[in-house]
Amino acid sequence: MIRLLAPFRQSVWRDLLLAARHKTEIITALFFFVIVVNLLPLGIGPDPDLLRKIAPGALWIGALLATLLGLQRLFAPDHADGTLEQMALSPQSFTLLVAGKIVAHWLVAGLPVVLIAPLLGVQFDLSGRSLFILTLSLLLGTPILSLIGAVGAALTLGVRGGGALLSLLILPLYIPALIFGAGAVEADLAGIGPDGHLSLLAALLVVSTFFAPWVATVALRVALE
Amino acid sequence: MNHSLVNWFKFASPASFYPLAGRLIPYFATVAVALLAAGLWIGLLVAPTDAQQGEGYRIIFVHVPVSWMSMFIYCVMAFWAALGLSFNTRLSGMMTSALAPTGALFAFLSLWTGALWGKPMWGAWWVWDARLTSQLILFFLYLGFIALQAAIDDPRRADKAGAILALVGVINVPIIYFSVQWWNTLHQGASVSMTKAPSMAHTMLLGMLLMALAFWAYTIAVALMRVRCIILERELTSEWVKKNAME
Repeated sequence: MIRLLAPFRQSVWRDLLLAARHKTEIITALFFFVIVVNLLPLGIGPDPDLLRKIAPGALWIGALLATLLGLQRLFAPDHADGTLEQMALSPQSFTLLVAGKIVAHWLVAGLPVVLIAPLLGVQFDLSGRSLFILTLSLLLGTPILSLIGAVGAALTLGVRGGGALLSLLILPLYIPALIFGAGAVEADLAGIGPDGHLSLLAALLVVSTFFAPWVATVALRVALE
Repeated sequence: MNHSLVNWFKFASPASFYPLAGRLIPYFATVAVALLAAGLWIGLLVAPTDAQQGEGYRIIFVHVPVSWMSMFIYCVMAFWAALGLSFNTRLSGMMTSALAPTGALFAFLSLWTGALWGKPMWGAWWVWDARLTSQLILFFLYLGFIALQAAIDDPRRADKAGAILALVGVINVPIIYFSVQWWNTLHQGASVSMTKAPSMAHTMLLGMLLMALAFWAYTIAVALMRVRCIILERELTSEWVKKNAME
């Protein structure tokens, strides 16, 4: 078991190491998230009741955009210097290597967003309970964004106008995660309880964990042909 | 489309499908025009005026069939995509890309006619109803598919990447539909319900069916025309095109 997972672990470790050598990229994506979320009150107005209402949606849309920012660089540098082809040719499972890259992308792009979300939630005057549910929904939901995004990144690898195209392909597929993620807080405020939404979000996570690395691998093989 | 006596795989080759498509187009085009005329005649002149909605309801004779077709064409695209990925047939990818513009057109028409119907009936061009929202997302999926194929230069890669996207999309369509439906019920409760349609008169149903069949025949005719263009574009250098198709 441990030996089977070794390529996965090494792939995660390698991408984390690469990210650590380019810290500005992580920090840029994180501050992009912070700025996008902070722009919304400036555009909409400082009314606390309104802000409390839009907070889950605002943070979730910020998270979607911040994830998109890093996705273009998920496979592109490795494709450019030929590492990706070596990975595809290696005797190790390519799917596990790709899964490792996706996990590393989440650790670098998704986890910081989850960790800073409560702070931004406070700016929107959310209560403690809502903050907890929002953070939990982001914790369950941001891996889905990385997983589905990896499929889009693989499909648009080395394609003209990749960045804008990636958003066009991926954002519609993010809608279920957005609805259940942002809806969890609202359902709780409406008295239904967040369990249903969070369970559905977890179900989406399980399904995309199962399929997305495999589909991304197939798409990468098409791109490498 | 094939005879049971004919070798099924014969027409998987673009060279033998090209003349077959050319022969089929006039039939489907004629059927489309005839059914369209009959459907419009029933829809606009024969069908009784609706008691609640007046004459304005008649747009459903276009709206409902185009909505059906927009969803159905995406499924057909996914079918060709799966076939192309599993058997590595070139024609399947061409069929997928030939269907996409028609599907996008129908999705757009469905939204447009829906808005025209919604303004007099609901008093709003657009409401965030589950069906409207998921139709809009379907339209985005079509646009994404077309944009992805347009961005890739190598036709074989464009076909395969498009096929993967179509399959991912078709899995997501029901998930998106149900998520939007639940989102909708949470947000606005029972505002506008499209499901409580009064029981339809037989002539209305007949009109809608005729229109749906007309659009069906139209889709086949147009997709075959488009696939012929794609075949010519891609096979321009091959011998059979020079010999047979260019005259």
